[in-house]
Amino acid sequence: MAQDSGTRTLISQTQISRGRGRVIYWTLLVVVVAAFTLVFLGPLYWMVTGALKSGQEIAQTPPSLFPKDPQPQNYIDAWNNLDLAKLLFNTFYYAIGAVLFQLVLDTAAAYSLSKLRPIFGNVILALMLGTLMIPAMVLIVPQYVTVIDLPILHINLLDSPFAIWLPLVANAFNIFLLKRFFDSIPEELMAAALMDGASSLRTLWSIILPLSRPILGVVSIFAVTAVWKDFLWPKLVMPSPETRTVSVGIYAFAGGTPMNVVIAASVIAAIPTVIIFLIFQRNIMSGLTTGSIKG
Amino acid sequence: MAITTVPETPRKPGRPPSPYSARPQRTSLGRKVRDNLTGHAFLIGAVICFVVFSWYPMIRGIVMSFQRTRRGETTWVGWDNYSRIIADPSFWTAWQNTFYFTVLALVLGYVVPFFVAVLLNEFRHGKGYLRILVYLPVMLPPASALFLFKFYAYDPSEAGLFNAILKALHLPTSQWMQSPEMTMPAMVVASTWMNMGGAVLIYLASLQNIPGELYEAAELDGAGIWRRIRHVTIPQTRLILALLAMLQIVATMQLFIEPLILANGAGAEDSATSVAYLIYQHGFFQNDLNGAAALGVIMLVVLAGFSAVYVRLTAKQD
Repeated sequence: MAQDSGTRTLISQTQISRGRGRVIYWTLLVVVVAAFTLVFLGPLYWMVTGALKSGQEIAQTPPSLFPKDPQPQNYIDAWNNLDLAKLLFNTFYYAIGAVLFQLVLDTAAAYSLSKLRPIFGNVILALMLGTLMIPAMVLIVPQYVTVIDLPILHINLLDSPFAIWLPLVANAFNIFLLKRFFDSIPEELMAAALMDGASSLRTLWSIILPLSRPILGVVSIFAVTAVWKDFLWPKLVMPSPETRTVSVGIYAFAGGTPMNVVIAASVIAAIPTVIIFLIFQRNIMSGLTTGSIKG
Repeated sequence: MAITTVPETPRKPGRPPSPYSARPQRTSLGRKVRDNLTGHAFLIGAVICFVVFSWYPMIRGIVMSFQRTRRGETTWVGWDNYSRIIADPSFWTAWQNTFYFTVLALVLGYVVPFFVAVLLNEFRHGKGYLRILVYLPVMLPPASALFLFKFYAYDPSEAGLFNAILKALHLPTSQWMQSPEMTMPAMVVASTWMNMGGAVLIYLASLQNIPGELYEAAELDGAGIWRRIRHVTIPQTRLILALLAMLQIVATMQLFIEPLILANGAGAEDSATSVAYLIYQHGFFQNDLNGAAALGVIMLVVLAGFSAVYVRLTAKQD
């Protein structure tokens, strides 16, 4: 994905680097950079500063570009009235748990499917990949019914973090990503470990996992953002106010709260994922495109 | 639209067998059984989760759609749930709205990212920055982003961002979510803004795989920019274009959080009610889980129909 100036694209390098082409290229570049900044960053600016405006200023026409009399109080109100500390803690807790469960169980499964290849492994893989075709909305009702009364065990998982953690393990995309990565690790390494008498677990732990750090990072980041962005499922399985996630909590309060405060809370809720993105954007982008396109 | 895969590339014929399966013939039966057991031991955790939270609910959804549970007693009711759901006055409206959204989203959310990617791919400068910008909204929690649109952008008074811009341009302002005609376009704009980043990045990656010689040859033949896009770029990215079209249809058919937050559910004159919202309504407000399951099955059948058409179309091209 690195900038590859050597590759020829739609328009040739020579056409861009001289005369009229050069002028057009630079004009277009400046226009696009400005337009994208406005379209994608503009709303975020509007959000952060809008939450600083007073109720009166919000309602004024035309809207002001800068808050005239910034009200950080809106952010403080959001933090206190919505109990954001609690909501953020819950979401963080669910996200960490989701990462651990997915890393352990999905990695083990992908390792088995890629390297140990037990009997019926391919059938299991096909059934797993088949779930990618089933829209989440179709499953929401039977999944909910299953969670409130687990088969055989007859346990009700409502308000339990397991209701978020365990369904996320059933993630065929992660298993697919991990398996593809493991497939690319040479069989000779496995054979060598086997010669030395290492067990399967030992091989996974000391040979496969150290080589797989990039993909494990990608899976973890996707797990965190999936929990942070999800809405309907946590809304259904975490019904009490003490266990809500941040998005659901803000939604629950939106009706009776001044809109500046709701927006301030939305800004705070978005900060963690934005920070994760800015730190890990390279991993996220490569994770998005690995396994997706070939040739 | 976060999930994007293409079917796995077929196994190379020369691929070496696993060191476990390639054991010399003299391996005892006991050893083979043990190896298989080890393999399944590693699989078991994930498989249990798939069984309980994915495969079993899939079957259970179909079963539930033919049953009715009243006061703890479950009976078979045949097609009753289906006829009740179809008789719901919102049923056809919801499908109409959902299809309308899907089509609008294809026009806007599908075509725009492709041309954005083609454009970005031509830039020799600032590409990293532009890529981050496009993907940034994808990382926001949808609820946060939608509250922003609801309160600040789609404010029907002239204090709203969009109306202020329209007014500054001397264009007529709009009631946005309070006008039945504008509801869907407004939701598509918000949804595209939130979700297009993923598609742009995937297109960008596939554009980088187009061999430069093809463009050179086309240029020597005197093809202009548009003809190069038509005859080189689009055919070369055909598979990924078709795949993303399918994924996008599946995603937009599940339209839910946009109507819930932007339009408080049904919207002005039912203009925002979607099929997914109807599932939610029946299942969790009208205490009709069986009806909701039936609607889920109908949705699955419709999407399977789309997939069948998709498979036929793509198979024909190859």
